[in-house]
Amino acid sequence: MKAVADRALAIDFGSAATAHGGVARGLARHRSVTIGGAILALVVVVAVLAPWLGTRDPAQIDPGFRNRRPGAERVVPSADGSETKRTSWMGTDSLGRDVYSRVLYGARVSLIVGVTVALISAAIGLTIGLLAGYLRWLDGVVMRVMDGLMSIPAILLAIGLVSVSRAGLRTVVLAIVIPEVPRVVRLVRSVVLSIREEPYVEAAVALGARTPMLLVRHVLPNTVAPLIVQATFVCASAILVEAILSFLGVGIPPETPTWGNIMAEGRALFRVFPHNILFPGVFLAATVLAVNMLGDGLRDMLDPRVRQRL
Amino acid sequence: MGVVAVVVFLLLRLTAGDPAAIIAGDNATTQQVEEIRGRLGLDRPIAQQFVIWLGNVLRGDFGESFFFKKQVADLILDRLEPTLALSIFTLVLAVTAAVPLGALAAYRRATWIDRAVMGLSVLGFSVPVFVIGYALIYLFAIHFAWLPVQGYQRLRDGIGGFLTHLILPSVTLAVIYVALIARITRASMLEVLNADHVRTARAKGLAELPVLLRHVLRNAAVPIVTVIGLGVALLIGGVVVTESVYSIPGLGRLTVDAVLARDYPTVQAVILLFSVVYVLINLVVDLTYTFLDPRIRY
Repeated sequence: MKAVADRALAIDFGSAATAHGGVARGLARHRSVTIGGAILALVVVVAVLAPWLGTRDPAQIDPGFRNRRPGAERVVPSADGSETKRTSWMGTDSLGRDVYSRVLYGARVSLIVGVTVALISAAIGLTIGLLAGYLRWLDGVVMRVMDGLMSIPAILLAIGLVSVSRAGLRTVVLAIVIPEVPRVVRLVRSVVLSIREEPYVEAAVALGARTPMLLVRHVLPNTVAPLIVQATFVCASAILVEAILSFLGVGIPPETPTWGNIMAEGRALFRVFPHNILFPGVFLAATVLAVNMLGDGLRDMLDPRVRQRL
Repeated sequence: MGVVAVVVFLLLRLTAGDPAAIIAGDNATTQQVEEIRGRLGLDRPIAQQFVIWLGNVLRGDFGESFFFKKQVADLILDRLEPTLALSIFTLVLAVTAAVPLGALAAYRRATWIDRAVMGLSVLGFSVPVFVIGYALIYLFAIHFAWLPVQGYQRLRDGIGGFLTHLILPSVTLAVIYVALIARITRASMLEVLNADHVRTARAKGLAELPVLLRHVLRNAAVPIVTVIGLGVALLIGGVVVTESVYSIPGLGRLTVDAVLARDYPTVQAVILLFSVVYVLINLVVDLTYTFLDPRIRY
């Protein structure tokens, strides 16, 4: 019941904002969700269907066919004597690997990292934020630790964390989660701090609700909308940071095709063969842009008040 | 700050790689590795290592780099100029570009100007620093050949080369920062634009520009300055990437090299240094509030 009322309130806020800013802006909001969602859906489809979209093994090297420009064709003799023509739509890299295949498979890594980081940091941040916001004695200690973590610039902290253990998907995800958690904690805590003063929370306390019950039933639902929005932005930033780590050579091992790795590989010969950087770069930018647009739109639709809180 | 020190120290000590083994090289005997470990103090309890390290850091002694075989403090001083130059350039560039852009978007809200600025801002957030960097290099350094491709020239080797080498990296690094500041400027100014005192200022016949500068921007300044301070984190992260793209021998490049070489004293020192700078800048930002808004007191 509570959740329904809340949603109605949020929608009411949304329509008020729309009426205030004019119909054009309301449309633009929805358009940003539509466009962002469409691009993202496309990337997801491409990532899932990568093996069936005319790709080859992304790790297959071809020493006789290195550094070809986009559109280069290669005639490959088959076992039965017939010849097939293969076109490298995005060219090949300095080991002769097909950039098109690598870019498509690279989408998988980026999406996995983005989604897992968003889910994990939202879950951890929610738990810590709820507890810190509600339990006064915990608040001081937790927030000092969070402040400390936040005073190390995110990418730097991630780089430091990655250096701690051998590079790999799990390390990278963890290294991106840790700098993101304090941001989620702050958001959740600020929501909890304002909710705990509400009369209905006081009423629940007066009725004898226990703290865990209180948090789950009355406080938690209020954090959902801002949390979803925040998780979207965390996802966008995680995709970017993963690409940056891989690009710098401290991220996911170079054998795995990721957008950052493809670009790192293309660095040396960039002046002559820019396609190694261009194609993954465009995919990366489009994906992050789509997630950001989605987040912007969601924020405006779900909770216009978040803007002030952030 | 204390938390930062502990975090930075622990992070880099709880590692899988053994620096003593790395220094000793592939052909070293176990005995040699042990000896090096003893010399570096790595065989002592971790709490003791931390206290020794903290004491040294407070005296400005970051120890000797495992990899570069130099004092870390010297190493940092050596790499300081490029990073400092790049950051200051970027900061000035970003603020002078972003504040007018954001103000314009707010003033012409809901027009194509507003939408263009906001659209570019979302784009600026989304395109990774190194993609922007390579796009700019390709366009201005290779295609048009107006500017040097990569590298850095020290100030004492001539100001012309110094400046031309800094243009592309600064623009690259400024993009995300501009996006951030322009957004906040717009949001913050929008809030003030509808305020009563702005209507009064207009009603008494003040021209638009003085209204915007004196009455709107001034009242909108606190969030803008806050974000400029917080954005330094983005700037620092960007420095690491930009210096790699443009082969600038600064602190960012040093960080990456040190991580790749598992050179803990250097990594610790650089991360600590960046964090201290970040915290100090935000402290200064907090102090400027009293100038911007005399109602705020500490």
